[in-house]
Amino acid sequence: MSVEIEMEDGGGLATEEMTLNMGPQHPSTHGVLRFIVKADGEVMRKATPDIGYLHRSIEKIAEKVGWHGFMPYTDRVDYVAAMACNQGWAMCGEALGGIEVPRRGEYCRVIAAELSRICSHLLAIGATGMDIGAVTPFTHALREREMINDLIEELCGARLTYNYMRIGGVAWDLPPGFRKRVTTYLDHLEPTIHEINDLLSYGKIYAERLGSVAVISPEMAIGYGLVGPNLRASGVKYDLRKDRPYSVYGDFDFDVPVGHGEMGAVGDCWDRYMMRIWEILESAKILRQACEKLPDGPVIAKVPRNFKPPAGDVHVRVEAARGDMSWYCVSDGSEYPYRLHVRTGSFSAMSIIEELSEGLMIADLVALIATFDIVAPEVDR
Amino acid sequence: MDASAIQKKLEAKFGGSVGPVTTGLLEAWIGVDPDKIAEVAAFLKDDPDTRFDSLSNLSGVDYPARGHIEVVYNLMSYAKRHELTLKVSAEREAPRVATVCNVWPGANWLEREVYDLLGVDFVGHPDLRRILLPDDWVGNPLRKDYVEAPSYHGISTVRESMLRIEPPSRE
Amino acid sequence: MSLINSVPEMVFTTKVDAFLNWTRKSSLWYMLFGLACCAIEMMQTGGPRSDLDRFGMAPRATPRVSDLMIVAGTLTLKMALRTKVLYDQMPDPKYVLSMGSCASCGGLFQLAYSVCDGVDKIIPVDVYVPGCPPRPEALTEGLLLLQEKMMQEKWLVRSAASTTV
Repeated sequence: MSVEIEMEDGGGLATEEMTLNMGPQHPSTHGVLRFIVKADGEVMRKATPDIGYLHRSIEKIAEKVGWHGFMPYTDRVDYVAAMACNQGWAMCGEALGGIEVPRRGEYCRVIAAELSRICSHLLAIGATGMDIGAVTPFTHALREREMINDLIEELCGARLTYNYMRIGGVAWDLPPGFRKRVTTYLDHLEPTIHEINDLLSYGKIYAERLGSVAVISPEMAIGYGLVGPNLRASGVKYDLRKDRPYSVYGDFDFDVPVGHGEMGAVGDCWDRYMMRIWEILESAKILRQACEKLPDGPVIAKVPRNFKPPAGDVHVRVEAARGDMSWYCVSDGSEYPYRLHVRTGSFSAMSIIEELSEGLMIADLVALIATFDIVAPEVDR
Repeated sequence: MDASAIQKKLEAKFGGSVGPVTTGLLEAWIGVDPDKIAEVAAFLKDDPDTRFDSLSNLSGVDYPARGHIEVVYNLMSYAKRHELTLKVSAEREAPRVATVCNVWPGANWLEREVYDLLGVDFVGHPDLRRILLPDDWVGNPLRKDYVEAPSYHGISTVRESMLRIEPPSRE
Repeated sequence: MSLINSVPEMVFTTKVDAFLNWTRKSSLWYMLFGLACCAIEMMQTGGPRSDLDRFGMAPRATPRVSDLMIVAGTLTLKMALRTKVLYDQMPDPKYVLSMGSCASCGGLFQLAYSVCDGVDKIIPVDVYVPGCPPRPEALTEGLLLLQEKMMQEKWLVRSAASTTV
């Protein structure tokens, strides 16, 4: 529900526009992002984002460390859901080198990517709750995340920056008993998601804070290049895993939820937030099917240590947690990539904020960033 | 529609500004003149057979050996579910390419990034300034001949650590 | 009969320095200065499983009320100037803990053109916690080490040179 604010011209208090600085260190921003907000009281005229505070020149480093050596850096492109970034880079190398990943390796990738997607969405849900003001659901989300961290730590040894995938497959096979532990965890997770729904999503305050705020039409979303849950919340039913299947996603049966404006309009903040909840449930379906259908065999193809793919360029798209991540990679035939450019979902989401910000309140800006699920490393790389 | 059919349509409308379809290692691309790219983009977006309503990726690549900087546009269509790659080559000394911001608003920040890191001037861009690096940064780091400054505002950038990797020298 | 001998279990003797240090280390409020990946691990350390609140450490949003700045993540040159401003805004006595390899020495981003190799080029650091990212247990150990360091400080008799300004 939007609040109508009556502005008196002339008769009332004379107001002046003030320029505020939000960030780069701010508890409500998802990483180091800065906004220069021109506001008249609580209502904003314009919020201009200023990015680059986490620009770590990952793309230039790709040219220096080589094909295999770049894998740990891909984790840092989006550290909250790092497996999809690993997969994007591995797919670039495989497409250029003409390498086929064994089926078991692809299934291991899907299991890892979906676990990491659930991890990321849990953090998004918790952080949105915290930004709106409800701090306790954040600890619930962190508790669930810890359990996934344990599972992933069994798989690849690291809790956050995984470096699990390699060009040609994955580094290690699933440990014994892993699939059983994953399904036990999913049995625990699904009721917890419903608990979070009861506590948070359908609460009156929450629905009014997020419903009908910053409605994005499908045309605007497509024009600005919004992807992933942000795009699907505006009603565009497009998911790379279903519409342009890569890896073995074609083997699985799952739905693609879209926003339907239950708490206001289609494409508002509440829809974007609920997308994450629905996507966790879909990822759980994919995980169960993957654990059941896992084939036998090797997990990695034979790729030379001195990997030198032929010269050429390739454009790979992966459905990461924040949307369709587009990797454009150029090879010149040597051991070092020639150029890599990643376009991430959060980058497009940041670019739309300036246009959406007119008329929103400052607290709504915080809700908007939270529901877009923007993380700074994706914006700045 | 596949790339050669689209290329025939483009050539019919824009003539010599549009190059032939080149099939690379995996993907086919069409070269376009740097000052015509905005019109080609608008045509590709509005034409009912192509309907490229989304810009998936916009990258700049520096080719000092060939003497140009290439700006690569990866287009995608939600309506028709097909994709296309366009490439524009601009002179390395003073690269100028027409902007496509008016066709796809998402290109605004992507072009600012190419301006920032490679120094390409997008003609007609509403707000062309640095986006990722600080405003007072000197140089375009993703160019192959970029040399780092020894310090920035008094903070030395000379590396004292053991991590020594010599980047490959490229012509 | 002195008071101490008559009610031994309710009275303890200590030095003023130790008492002040004990109060200060038991209520160390850290500023949320999470820059990059280590920020997620810092949040997990403050989370339910390895809880930082049991040490009295609470996250604060603003530097004005915090004692400790945990620099969690890569410091870019663009951010480095703001880091100095934020450090100056913290009131004395203040401590800095550099969490992770990126904040300690640049980490795996030493090859980058836009990264400051270590936060100690800008501000003085008390404890370095290595890791990429450090596990919650490692960060907790770093914080406990900082607490040990704090217990050794002397406040009553200070020479002019040792005061941090």
